[in-house]
Amino acid sequence: MIHARGGTQAGRDYRQGLRERAPGCENRRAGSSPSRTFMPADTHPDVAVEFRDVCYRLDHGATLLHHLNLAVRRGELLVLLGRSGSGKTTSLKLINRLLEPSSGQVMVEGRASTHWDPIQLRRKIGYAIQEVGLFPHFSVERNIGLVPALQGWPRQRIQERVRELLQLVGLEPQIAARRPRELSGGQRQRVGVARALAADPPILLMDEPFGALDALTRAELQREFLALQRRLGKTTVFVTHDLREALLLGSRIALLEAGRLLATYTPNQFLHAKEPLAAAYVAAFHTGNSPQGGA
Amino acid sequence: MSLWQFFAQNRAEVLQLTLEHLWMVGLSMAIAVAIGVPVGIWLTRRQVAEKPVLGVANVIQTIPSLALFGFLLPAPWIGARAERIAVLALVLYALLPVIRNTYVGIMGVDRAVVEAGRGMGMTGRQLLLQVELPLALSVIIAGVRVATVISVGLATIAAAIGAGGLGEFIFRGLAMVNNVVILAGAVPAAILALLADFGLGLLEKHLRPA
Repeated sequence: MIHARGGTQAGRDYRQGLRERAPGCENRRAGSSPSRTFMPADTHPDVAVEFRDVCYRLDHGATLLHHLNLAVRRGELLVLLGRSGSGKTTSLKLINRLLEPSSGQVMVEGRASTHWDPIQLRRKIGYAIQEVGLFPHFSVERNIGLVPALQGWPRQRIQERVRELLQLVGLEPQIAARRPRELSGGQRQRVGVARALAADPPILLMDEPFGALDALTRAELQREFLALQRRLGKTTVFVTHDLREALLLGSRIALLEAGRLLATYTPNQFLHAKEPLAAAYVAAFHTGNSPQGGA
Repeated sequence: MSLWQFFAQNRAEVLQLTLEHLWMVGLSMAIAVAIGVPVGIWLTRRQVAEKPVLGVANVIQTIPSLALFGFLLPAPWIGARAERIAVLALVLYALLPVIRNTYVGIMGVDRAVVEAGRGMGMTGRQLLLQVELPLALSVIIAGVRVATVISVGLATIAAAIGAGGLGEFIFRGLAMVNNVVILAGAVPAAILALLADFGLGLLEKHLRPA
């Protein structure tokens, strides 16, 4: 869940201002069917995921996303950067239909998420979140082999795949029989990445997967993940609030604030961006403080 | 006459009443689990129903057991046999802890784990059977444990309506004003309750996730 946490008073005023300036999402009924909205027919074949004028609001009225338009190209690693409550995680969950847009459409592989069978859609999309997402009562092997098992792969093939994946993410094969609680944080996160890759999905969603790790382990995993992503060429949407991570991993960075997309940049463009929030991120980056004050 | 002498002289009857007791408790617990666990699961899917359902189960708990046995006497089919009344009453008493612990156990499963499962494409049924129930199992067993211990005690009262069980000795002893006969029913019942508590406690501990 997203919790819109305060930050500074100035930040709150800023976001409040944004909400008041642009009506639209607020006035629309949550129940209105997204499919009735006019949409251009086809997505460009190079686009794996596309947000088309997506609004997301809660039942009791708070709007978490305002008219998001964003395309994720096939094979790229798009970072969603922003602070807590900016709508990053909400955007991610709209892709694998853990949430459905209040209006607009999220196109996945050329089809609106709401037109996909949610189970089939999710099995095509690897999903990794902070370490808590591993099943504590499953061995590492069963955790990694979960999606293949759901898809009914034969046991033999699952075992081979698990061994292959353990090697891919740099883990010893002996680890397969252990439970997640018997692993270090870094090992757990590698397992999380391996699990997301298990059924070889064309799209990966990563929600601050390295957030809970110590700085050294995080840097190590980031480097390895980058190499892995370049090798496998998975379309990846990566959520983080850490600019360093965004600059290192992203082929593009989408900057979100208070449920709105401010702009998308290449890492290089980001460093020289005029946009005030982007500049604030960069300034904080150079002085060693992140703009949300920690984390 | 000491308690040991009484046991030695009435070995067959002690054994038979103990088995009757176990049968009443075992059957009623099996029925209570078969009803209570699905109801508890259903409540996690229909949370508006939680308050009324648990409220009704709570009210049933407050009915004095002797009165409940009496109320059920005129019931059709059930009322024809004392054991049926006893089992039904025990089921009614056991429902609250079983339903409540199933509900609380499943609601207490880490939402992030459930969401990860959904995000990877598990169906509702797969989530329930592979994630929610296994992770809630120790809490559910804890409810069954409480219900079983209560049932062992309550089942002694079923002898008042002629349902048999170790309560036979207790009521006979009361009528005879003979403490040894009362203890002949009370001590085995207490031992049964302790054994059930211990055994289910072990199971609960064994099933507790990380």
